[in-house]
Amino acid sequence: MATTTMTTLDPQSRAARRGMSDIAIRNLFIIPTILFLIVFNIFPLLYSLGYSFTDFRASTNAPANFVGLQNYRELLADPYIWNNFTVTAKYVIVSVAGQVFVGFGVAMLLNRSIPFKGLITTLLLLPMMLSMAVVGLFWKLLYDPSWGVINYLLGLGDFEWLGDPDVALYAVAITDIWMWSPFVMLLSLAGLSAVPKHLYEAAAIDRAGPIYTFFRITLPLVLPILMIAIIFRTMEAFKTFDLAYILSTQPTTEVISIRLYKMAFQEWQTGRSCALAYIVLIMVLGVTNIYVKYLNKVKER
Amino acid sequence: MADIVLRDVEKFFGSVQVIRKVNLTIKDGEFVVLLGPSGCGKTTTLRAIAGLEDITSGEIVIDGKPVQNLHAADRDIAFVFQLYALYPHLSVFENIAFPLRATRQPRSAVERQVRQVAAALGIEHLLARKPGALSGGDMQRVAIGRALVRRPKAILMDEPIGALDAKLREDMRMELKRLHIENKSTSVYVTHDQVEAMALADRIVVMHDGVLQQVGTPSDVYAHPANLFVAQFIGSPVMNIAPAAVKTEGGRVRLALGGGAAAFEMPAELAPRLSATGAGGALSIGVRPEGVQLAREPATGTIDLEAHLIEPLGAYDIVDLKVGEGFLRARTPAGFVARPGDRVHARLDPAQTHFFDQRSGASLGIRLGA
Repeated sequence: MATTTMTTLDPQSRAARRGMSDIAIRNLFIIPTILFLIVFNIFPLLYSLGYSFTDFRASTNAPANFVGLQNYRELLADPYIWNNFTVTAKYVIVSVAGQVFVGFGVAMLLNRSIPFKGLITTLLLLPMMLSMAVVGLFWKLLYDPSWGVINYLLGLGDFEWLGDPDVALYAVAITDIWMWSPFVMLLSLAGLSAVPKHLYEAAAIDRAGPIYTFFRITLPLVLPILMIAIIFRTMEAFKTFDLAYILSTQPTTEVISIRLYKMAFQEWQTGRSCALAYIVLIMVLGVTNIYVKYLNKVKER
Repeated sequence: MADIVLRDVEKFFGSVQVIRKVNLTIKDGEFVVLLGPSGCGKTTTLRAIAGLEDITSGEIVIDGKPVQNLHAADRDIAFVFQLYALYPHLSVFENIAFPLRATRQPRSAVERQVRQVAAALGIEHLLARKPGALSGGDMQRVAIGRALVRRPKAILMDEPIGALDAKLREDMRMELKRLHIENKSTSVYVTHDQVEAMALADRIVVMHDGVLQQVGTPSDVYAHPANLFVAQFIGSPVMNIAPAAVKTEGGRVRLALGGGAAAFEMPAELAPRLSATGAGGALSIGVRPEGVQLAREPATGTIDLEAHLIEPLGAYDIVDLKVGEGFLRARTPAGFVARPGDRVHARLDPAQTHFFDQRSGASLGIRLGA
């Protein structure tokens, strides 16, 4: 029946010239994608939802018992879990704020005609292209108290960046800022260059100073695209695992995904960790929804 | 309000010179229109006055103060952009209030002045809207409101109504004229539309290739064009321009057009006045279509010509008369020549005939019968 409702290919299209029918295209491209999504995304999502209501442990052969909402109840009442969430929130705020500040600042600097602008932009984008694990490993070297480059350059002696429990989280955030500011910069740059030049001319004629022009013209016009960058970065920061895991073992840097990892694969509390994963998912959805609502409001203006 | 003086202003873009030694004085309260074809440097001149463009050399004086090294913000002038340049994220009220807020004026004064300007422009009902929800004409009204609200020394306008459709353009033209009469603000206005220039200007400045061609009142520029460029640029339908030769037979002076195909009688004083100018070179004459006078019956000084094309324009007709290989366009009452191919009797009005040096294009300044 599906074949009868399908419209035929545009005879001019390249696929049609190669002699592919609509059905061939469907079989070749769309069915594998959907299968892949079902097997690796949708199935685990639903399956883990089921597990989150059981006391299942993947390390034993014991059958899973249905325990209802017990996992959720216990997790939400656990002060240690809340501590993990507090750490995560602190990390998200510091890291995203830092990225926006640095990324937008650099974008402002680059948004003019300077020599080698393309080259500079490309070089600045490099950190973003590295693997998280690699970044974590070499920042560990940079932070090293006895022979790390950072202490040497800043003249901090043997300051413990990652050993000091009060500083470690910020050290991880700094690494994240270094790595992901370019992403914010790239989107900001796109936003900034989309602001029509004649608006700045009009503002100059209207005798607006640079600060007034920035807050009244530049920022509001770039805000929608900046919001998109912030949404992406908040989601990512919330889920941060590898960077924090590699850089530090301090309890003060135990963000929620590290706790989740430990619960699932070190303590083998499979059912409970599924419940935690769902709590995290709902939280991320909640936060991004607030952002998206705000973004739509900004766009309406 | 203030006067604006340009002294020897020059501007290069790289090696291209776009303004050449421009000298111009715009008096306090005057409405001056810079008129010229696109690329003639008129917009660059305007932007240089505003401070949006640096000048290479020369001096710009506003209100007695040299400003060529000041930023746009420090020149205290307003600018109306062709494409409005309204702040898209701000309401109409905030757009008009922007220049006041930017200079930290008290809230009550802002409110009062914005409402006053909005009332003068008839856009009070639009104050809460965003620019994106306005028509082109209303957007330009808002842009003009933003320029008027802070009572600047001068208002500069860069083809402000060029993007509107014909009907709206005419309405806005009237409105600009009314606003100027009410506010008496020094205004500089750039356009390529000579009708707009004639309708609005106290004085017209005709520019071509970065050079001022002529500065004068609309009637002056229309009646006494300084050169062939101005003659052809101003006026619609366009002035007839043709190479001409002067023939003297006995006491009579004739102007031969179209390689001698037609010789129009001219007053005898033409010959001595021509030789007095010392321009011995080739001569071109210019006659506006209304200067070509047609009659059905032969009269003294008329010659017999064939109508080739007739353009009925409602209020009047434009008739193309065949003269040798070329044409002479005449303006006649509607329906005066019935159909192409009819023969009519034509003469040139000496008072409306302009004489130019063909090579330099400059007017010889001969005004017959005057």
